[in-house]
Amino acid sequence: MSHRILIAEDEESIVASLEFLMRRSGFETRTAADGREALQCVADFHPDLVILDLMLPFKSGLEVCAEIRARPEWRETRVLMLTARGGANEEGLLAGADDYLSKPFATRELVARVRALLVLAPLRPEAGS
Amino acid sequence: MLEGWVIVGASFAYIGLLFAIAFYADRRADAGRSVIANPWIYSLSLAVYATAWTFYGSVGRAASDGVGFLPIYIGPTLMIVLWWLVVRKMIRIAKLNRTTSLADFVAARYGRSALIGGLVTVIAVIGILPYISLQLKAISTSFQILMEYPQIVMPAKAGALSVMQDTAFYVALFLAMFTIAFGTRQLDAAERHEGMVAAIAFESIVKLVAFLAVGVFVTFVMYDGPGDIFERAARRPDLAALMTPFGGAAGGYASWVWLTVLSMMAIMFLPRQFQVAVIENVDERHVKRAMWVFPLYMLAINLFVLPIAIGGLLHFPDNVDADTFVLTLPMARGNEALALLVFIGGLSAATGMVIVETIALSTMVCNDLVMPLVLRLRKYRLAERDLSTLLLDIRRAAIVAILMMGYFYYLLAGEAYALVSIGLISFSAVAQFGPVMIGGLYWKGATRAGALTGLTAGFLVWTYTLLLPAFAKSGWLGFGIEFLERGPFGIELLRPTQLFGLTGLDQITHAMIWSFIANVGLYIGVSVLGRQSAAEHAQATLFVDVYKQTGERGLQWRGTASASSLQTLLGRFQGPARAAELFSAYARERGLKSVEELEGDAELVRYAELQLAGTIGAASARAMVATVAQEDPLGIDEVMTILDEASQVIAYSHRLEDQQRELEAATSELKAANDRLKELDRMKDDFISTVTHELRTPLTSIRAFSEILHDNPDLDAAERQRFLGLVIKESERLTRLINQVLDLAKIESGLALWNTGELDLREIVVDAVNATSPLFRSKGVAIETAMPALVPAVVADRDRLTQVLLNLLSNAVKFCPAGTGRVQVRLAADIGGVLVEVRDNGPGISPEHQAMIFEKFRQVGDTLTQKPSGTGLGLSICRRIIGHFGGRLWVESAPGRGSVFSFVLPCPTAS
Repeated sequence: MSHRILIAEDEESIVASLEFLMRRSGFETRTAADGREALQCVADFHPDLVILDLMLPFKSGLEVCAEIRARPEWRETRVLMLTARGGANEEGLLAGADDYLSKPFATRELVARVRALLVLAPLRPEAGS
Repeated sequence: MLEGWVIVGASFAYIGLLFAIAFYADRRADAGRSVIANPWIYSLSLAVYATAWTFYGSVGRAASDGVGFLPIYIGPTLMIVLWWLVVRKMIRIAKLNRTTSLADFVAARYGRSALIGGLVTVIAVIGILPYISLQLKAISTSFQILMEYPQIVMPAKAGALSVMQDTAFYVALFLAMFTIAFGTRQLDAAERHEGMVAAIAFESIVKLVAFLAVGVFVTFVMYDGPGDIFERAARRPDLAALMTPFGGAAGGYASWVWLTVLSMMAIMFLPRQFQVAVIENVDERHVKRAMWVFPLYMLAINLFVLPIAIGGLLHFPDNVDADTFVLTLPMARGNEALALLVFIGGLSAATGMVIVETIALSTMVCNDLVMPLVLRLRKYRLAERDLSTLLLDIRRAAIVAILMMGYFYYLLAGEAYALVSIGLISFSAVAQFGPVMIGGLYWKGATRAGALTGLTAGFLVWTYTLLLPAFAKSGWLGFGIEFLERGPFGIELLRPTQLFGLTGLDQITHAMIWSFIANVGLYIGVSVLGRQSAAEHAQATLFVDVYKQTGERGLQWRGTASASSLQTLLGRFQGPARAAELFSAYARERGLKSVEELEGDAELVRYAELQLAGTIGAASARAMVATVAQEDPLGIDEVMTILDEASQVIAYSHRLEDQQRELEAATSELKAANDRLKELDRMKDDFISTVTHELRTPLTSIRAFSEILHDNPDLDAAERQRFLGLVIKESERLTRLINQVLDLAKIESGLALWNTGELDLREIVVDAVNATSPLFRSKGVAIETAMPALVPAVVADRDRLTQVLLNLLSNAVKFCPAGTGRVQVRLAADIGGVLVEVRDNGPGISPEHQAMIFEKFRQVGDTLTQKPSGTGLGLSICRRIIGHFGGRLWVESAPGRGSVFSFVLPCPTAS
C-alpha cells in the first residue's frame, strides 16, 4: 500500500512541482489550496503525511498543524512544514510539526525527508501507548 | 460763681497736671520703664484725632447737617482695618530710617530729595494753618462765653478787637510757649517724646469724659433720655430732617463718599497722626490693639452728638451758635461745674492737637525746610561749631511762627466758616499726601518727578479751589466775592468753586475731585513716562520691600571717611558729649576697646548718617555726611545688582521653571520621535521580510522545476514544455516584483527621476486604453471612455501617469467578470484640477478593505480562497505617484456594486 500525501499549498506552481515529486516517488497525493480545505482533506483522505505551507488563506499552516495534533485519531499523521520566511521555523516545530523546510528547497532533500518521516514513523514512541 | 480767675486758674492747673504727667513719663522713660510701651496708651494717643473740632464742631455740624457729621469718623474707622498692613509697614520703614516726620518719610522714599521734603513741609504748614486757627477759635470762643456766665452771649467777631485785646492772640502765645516747653526739650526727634505721648493719652481721656458728661446731662437731666429728645425732634419737620442720611440736610452720596475718603487720608497723613501712629510708636503690635480701641473711642465720642445738637436746637432760639451748644447748654441750666469741665475738655482737645501738630510741623520745618537751606551756606557747613542749639532755636522759632500764622489765618478767614468747614480745608490739603504715600509704599516704579508734579498740582488745585475762596469770602487779598461768582477776569469756566463748569457739588467734594484728578494723574503719568535714578531706585526698593530686609539698610555708602571727622560732624548737631557716647557705644558693640580703633568704613558712615538722620532728617543727613565721606559713585548697574538680588533670584527661578518645562516638552517630543523611528524601523523590517517572502515564492517554483527537469531526463515532451512554461512565468513574476520593489524604494527615498512637463491627460488615457485593449479583448470586457473636448493641462511625468492608468485599468479588468465586464474611464475638469475616474462592475470592495488595498503587499481577491495575481505593490506605487504631483487617489466602492478608482491632479491654470 502506497503512502498518502496531502499537499496544502496555495501557490499553483509550487503545488504542481510538489505533486510531480510525490507521484514520482510513488505516493498517492491530494491537494488543498487553503487551511480549511486542508483540514477537510485530512479527515476525508487520511494522509500519512501533510506537506503544509505556513501561509495559507483562512487558516494558517500553524493553526492547521495545531488542530491535527489536537486530534488523537490523527496522531500518526506526519507534518512537514514549508516556510517562505527565513529564520522563523521553530514555531512550526513548536506547533507540533515533525519537520520543516525553507523555501526555496532542494527537491531531493524534500523527497528524502518525506521518505525518512514515513519510514521512521513506526519507530517513534506512540503517545498514549 | 465762675469768675475769670477761676477759669484761668483751672486752665493753668490742668496744664500743670499735663506737665506733671509728661515729666513723670519722661523720668520713667529715662529709667527704662516706659509708660507708653502699652497698647492702651498708644490707642488713646491716636485719639488726638478728636480735636476742638470734634468737641464743639460735631454738634455744630449735626445741628445744620444732621447725621452728616458722621463721615469724618466713619473714614478712620474703615481705614484702621488696613492699619496692620499699611501703618505697620510705615512704622517698620520709619524705624529703619530713623524718620523724624512725614516730610522726612516722603523725602526719603523719593531718593532723599530735599525738594520733596520741602514741598511736603510747605503743603503741611499751609494746609494745617486753618486747622490750628480752628483750635484757637474754639479756645478763645469758649473762654469768652464762659466769662459772661451766667449770661449767654456770643463773642465778638474776630478782628473786631485789636490784637492786644484779642483772647485768641494770647491763647496762641500761651500755646506756643507751652509747646516749646513740651516738645523741644530734647533734640533727637526720632527719640520719642514719651512725656508728650503720655500727656496726650491723658487728654484723650479728659475730653471723652467731659463730652460724655455733657451728653448724659443733656440727654437724661435736661430731657428724659434719648427717646424723649428724638420724639420732640420728630415733631418738628426741620429737626426730623437731621436724622436722614444721604440727601436732605446730610448732603448727597458724593459728599459722604468724599468726606469718608478725606478722613481716611487724614487719620494717617495728618502730621500729628503720623507723629503718634508712626514716629512715637514703640511696638508694632500696639497697632493691633488700636485697631479696635480707636474705633470704639470714635463711637463713644460721637454717641451724644445728635442728642446734644437737637437738645440745643430745642432749647435755644436762633441767637446761639450751634458750635457752642456743648458749653452753653450746661450754662443755661446753671451747672457751673459741668460748664467748667466742658471748658477743660475743650481745652484738652485743642491743646492736644496743637502740641502734637506744631511739634510735628516744627520738626518738618526745621529738618526739611530750614536745615537744607542753612547747610547750603558755606559758613555753617564748614564752621567747626556746635549746631545743636541752632537746631533747637529753629524749632522753637518754627513753633511760634506756626501758631502766629494760625492766629492770623483765624483773623482773616476764621469767621467766614464754621469749625467743621475750616477743619475740612485742612483735611483736603493733607489728603494730597495720600497718593505719594500709599504709592510710595507699594509701587516701586513711582518716581521723584512723579511725586513732585503730583503733589504740586494737587496742592495748587487745593489752593485755588479751597484756600483762595476762603480768603475771598473774608474779603482779603483784594479778591471780592465777585472773584468767586464770575471767575478770574470774568472767565466763568475758571470759577474756583465751580471749576470747568462742575456744579452741583459742595465745595469740599468739588475741590477733592479736581485736586485728586490732577494729583493722582500726574503722579502716575509722570512716574510711568519717566525714569528713576539709581538713588531713587535704591530707596524705592528699601521702602516697598521693607519686610524682605533683615533689619539693616541696604548698602548705602561705598566710600569711607575718617572716624574722627564723622564724630566731629555728629557732635556739631548733637553735642560732642553725645557724639562721643554714641561712637564708644558703637565701638563696644564691635568688640573694640576704644573709639580710636574705629575704622571709617562704610558701616560706620552708615551708622553716623542714621544718627544724624534722627536729628536733621534723611535728606540733610545725607548732604552732611557727603561733606566728610568720600563716596565712590554708585552706578545704576551696581545698585540694581545689590538691590534686585531678590528679584533676580525670583526671575532666575522663573527661568529655571521655564527651562524645565521646555526640557519636558523636548523630552516628550524626543520620545514621540523615537517611537516614530521605532515604528518606521519595524515597518522597514516588516517590508523586508514581506519582500523576502514574496521573492521566495516564485524562486521556489523555479528551483523545484529546474531540479525536476534536471533530475528527470525521461520526462515526456509535453510535460517538459509545461514545466519550462511555469519556470518562465515565475521568472517573469520575480522580475516584475523586483522592479516594483526598486521603483517604490526609489519613490519613497526621493531618488526617483521625474520628467515633469505640461501634459494633456486625454492623450495619456488614450495611450493607456490602447495599450490594455488586448487584455480587455481576451477577457471579453468592454471599455468606454468619456472625455470633454478640452481639459486643462496638468504638470506631471508622462510615463509615471501612464503607469498609474495602466495599473488602474489592469486591476479593473482583472476583477471584472469575463464576458459581462464593463470598464468606464471618465475625464473631467474639477475644482482646481482634472479628475480621472476608472469604474468597473466587478465584485466591489468592502469598506474595511478599502484602506487596506493601498498598503504594500496587501491584496484583496474576489474570494479569499484565491490569491489574485500581481505583486500587491501597484496601488501603493500609484498613490505615491499621484501624491508626488500634489494630487489625490482614492476608491469608492461597495460589495456587489463595482469599484471606482479616481484621482485628481491639480493644474496650474485652473487655480
